Amino acid sequence: MSWASASDFFVMGGYALYVWGSYAVTAGLIALEVIMLILRRRNALKGAGGPAAGVRP
Amino acid sequence: MSQPTLVIGNINWFRYASPQTFYPLAGAMIPWFAWAAAVLCVAGLYVGFFVAPTDQQQGEAYRIIFIHVPAAWMSMFIYVVMAFWAGVGLTFNTRLSHMMATALAPTGALFTFVALWTGALWGKPTWGTWWVWDARLTSELILLFLYFGFTALQAAIDEPRRADRAGAVLALVGVVNIPIIYYSVKWWNTLHQGASVSLTSAPTMAATMLAGMLLMALAAWMYSIAAALHRVRSIILERERGTDWVAQDLEVRP
Repeated sequence: MSWASASDFFVMGGYALYVWGSYAVTAGLIALEVIMLILRRRNALKGAGGPAAGVRP
Repeated sequence: MSQPTLVIGNINWFRYASPQTFYPLAGAMIPWFAWAAAVLCVAGLYVGFFVAPTDQQQGEAYRIIFIHVPAAWMSMFIYVVMAFWAGVGLTFNTRLSHMMATALAPTGALFTFVALWTGALWGKPTWGTWWVWDARLTSELILLFLYFGFTALQAAIDEPRRADRAGAVLALVGVVNIPIIYYSVKWWNTLHQGASVSLTSAPTMAATMLAGMLLMALAAWMYSIAAALHRVRSIILERERGTDWVAQDLEVRP
């Protein structure tokens, strides 16, 4: 293991901005996609009784 | 129109090309892929941060590799799969194939953006710049625009079958960009390093680094499958609403 302490880990050898910036944005975007997937399913279920997409009433 | 058939081993595989058959099947598969993604991601991060050593040249900055490379692989691979389903949809006129292509695009765009973002954050400390207009970076940016273009084109056309076909043609034309991305580091002079992992030569990195990267790549695969299956189920509901089977399915599982 490369880390002597927890703060050593977070400092990331001086590259904290780059490493944690990468991981944080990736995690955030994946969380956002999961939320959007859940919302889309909820909307699709709500509208499932109505007419199909693209079919004009 | 008569039902197409493709019988291999006593199973008519086109049966699964019907949204009605595929919908519950996809629903049953999602938890498995989602859990596999979570477990592989935790394992990959553990290996990446606590087992893999510090890089001699790049220090800790190299640890961006555990997302950058899997994301870049996924960005290209999802596009190829998307173009494959688009081609199948154009050839056999199967609705589900087009829906699958549509479902893959947002996840592909996500990984393309992640590859570009982490590349910029890796480039600054190692190359001294966030961005260069070289072949690898530019062709990956074009890939992002292809995903956006595919989604925007489909969204712009009201009639679903026409939107399917227009999107499919764009996806198939854009697939020419994939070998350009992959071979760009060989074909042109670039700041971007060549492939660290290839089928023809030994990997140029420590075994534990490679293990962390491959675990994260597998996690990205599992996540992408789960996300695409989840999205395609919503697309099926949106497009098939009003049909008897959707109404019945909602009565059983509201």
